[in-house]
Amino acid sequence: MQPTLLGKSSWQARFFRYMKSHWVFYLFLLPALLDVFIFKYIPMYGIQIAFRNFKIKQGFLGSEWTGFKYFIQFIEAPNFVELIGNTILLSLYTIIFTFPVPIILAFMINEIRNLRLKKTAQMLTYMPHFISMVAVAGLISLFLDRESGIVNIIIKAMGGEQVAFLGMSSAFRPIYVISEIWQHSGWNSIIYLSALAAVDMESIEAARIDGANRIQKIMYIDVPTILPTIIILLIMRVGTVLNVGFEKVYLLQNDLNRDVSEVISTYTYRLGILGGQFSLTTAIGLFNNIINAIVLLLVNGISRKVSDTSLF
Amino acid sequence: MKKLLKPRHKGVEARTRFDVVFDTINLLLMCVIIFVCAYPIYYTIVASFSDPNAVIGGKVFLWPIGYTLDSYRSVLNYSQVWTGYRNTILYTAIGTVYNLFLLLPASYALSRKTLKGRGLITGYFVFTMYFGGGTIPFYLVIKSLGLIDTPAVMIIPGAFSVYNMIITRTNFQSFPETLREAAKVDGAGEFRIFMQIILPLSGAIISVMALYHAVGHWNSYFNGLLFLNSQKYFPLQLVMRQVLLMNQSISLDVTGMSTEELADLLRRQRLAETMKYSLIIIANLPILIAYPFVQKYFVKGVMIGSIKG
Repeated sequence: MQPTLLGKSSWQARFFRYMKSHWVFYLFLLPALLDVFIFKYIPMYGIQIAFRNFKIKQGFLGSEWTGFKYFIQFIEAPNFVELIGNTILLSLYTIIFTFPVPIILAFMINEIRNLRLKKTAQMLTYMPHFISMVAVAGLISLFLDRESGIVNIIIKAMGGEQVAFLGMSSAFRPIYVISEIWQHSGWNSIIYLSALAAVDMESIEAARIDGANRIQKIMYIDVPTILPTIIILLIMRVGTVLNVGFEKVYLLQNDLNRDVSEVISTYTYRLGILGGQFSLTTAIGLFNNIINAIVLLLVNGISRKVSDTSLF
Repeated sequence: MKKLLKPRHKGVEARTRFDVVFDTINLLLMCVIIFVCAYPIYYTIVASFSDPNAVIGGKVFLWPIGYTLDSYRSVLNYSQVWTGYRNTILYTAIGTVYNLFLLLPASYALSRKTLKGRGLITGYFVFTMYFGGGTIPFYLVIKSLGLIDTPAVMIIPGAFSVYNMIITRTNFQSFPETLREAAKVDGAGEFRIFMQIILPLSGAIISVMALYHAVGHWNSYFNGLLFLNSQKYFPLQLVMRQVLLMNQSISLDVTGMSTEELADLLRRQRLAETMKYSLIIIANLPILIAYPFVQKYFVKGVMIGSIKG
């Protein structure tokens, strides 16, 4: 480095000195920056086809403007109410029934005193999380088979009538929710267990000396400790109320239960990818995102007022 | 008589009667929960080794009835399973390496506090966690890149996980600065420091991330469903979907069939049922076998993540 430059410490000199030691880091970031740019930001830019009559040949920009035509088309579609209703109902049921289970499970595991048993319980309850979605859907259809499924075998043995669960609209939501509970409750309890590990030992001692029993200890010490975690996770969960995971619904869907199992994401897939109606389905996706954002802001605001805990 | 007077538990303080009741109920409930979690998987294993007639007839509950490997044999005779397996292994291996190639250097760079533009770049990444273009524009980008129906589509698109980057970055931040300083004094450049000091000492986080991504690749079917048309590129999950969920009931014309032919048809149809159990076991085998040994790494990942989040 030239002494004159050093002495003057012009911004060029400082820049070169900085880059000399830091250029590697920018190189390190380059692949990730590119990946995100191509596969996240360009699709975002592509959202504008929701406002255009998209033709593959003309690209994102070449297609003519249509304004809100596709949004109106979606809202006026005869199945709009059913679609939104199905999505919200499935999502709400999933939140209401799956959200509390990991919390209760975490308390239960936390109260096990035998360390070996505790480890076994954790290992076996986390396990279903790692089974693939396709396998879980396969298990569901095998277990619920009208003739050979174990569920119907048990029903029959107890003198009941065999039921073709997967062909029944009314059984779709319970099946979905129960399998979600089965698959993810254990795994989702980890975060609460780690929050419970932070419970202040001194207050537990003090409570015990005061004669508090285990339930009282849970209610007055454990619950308040993990309440912020619970609230944050609940806000995040509610903020995706219109995001019913495509993958499992799609696997469990058939013509017989479509009247309740058709949700926004499966509809988008059928109409967009299989049907080629790109502009309409992009508009539906954007509509979906906007509703989610509004719900998230709303819930976050309510929570900040009521409980002082919020995401932002 | 004297034995009864001894404290029944070695704990520091004696448990009250209420606590004993509480513990008992808790343990009982926990046993039920463990049973509910494990039994479907256990039943699948048992059924896969059983005689199809016993499974369909509802005789199988706790152990294999009429032990047979027939269903495994017929799964392995199905060539699609083999190609699916090979494809999935390739996608998982190459995909995970590629994930780490994107993830580790970027996370390390963002863990350096002296990096200018660090907040901006982090914001650039984090924004995509909350807002996205949606399935259709993503599909159109893949299409215009000419990746539709190529094996690369299972590896390249969206290989960088922002969430995992945050976890990994947090981990790198806790790295002792003195080690880096010492290496610098010895004349090592930043690249060498990363390759020869940081990476070898970050085994835990690398394992956690490799496992997360590997399981993700192994179990993924969405990208395949969206972008692949050719059977020869199908990952195992798509093959499994075809066998398990798309079995159009074979409405064969049975009129004019001899009794033997009918019996054979029936036998094969019944075997097709237990074959599904075997396929589920075969497809999840690597995960089921590795799971007990690597479980702690997964939990570790959640723990690191929860500190930040």
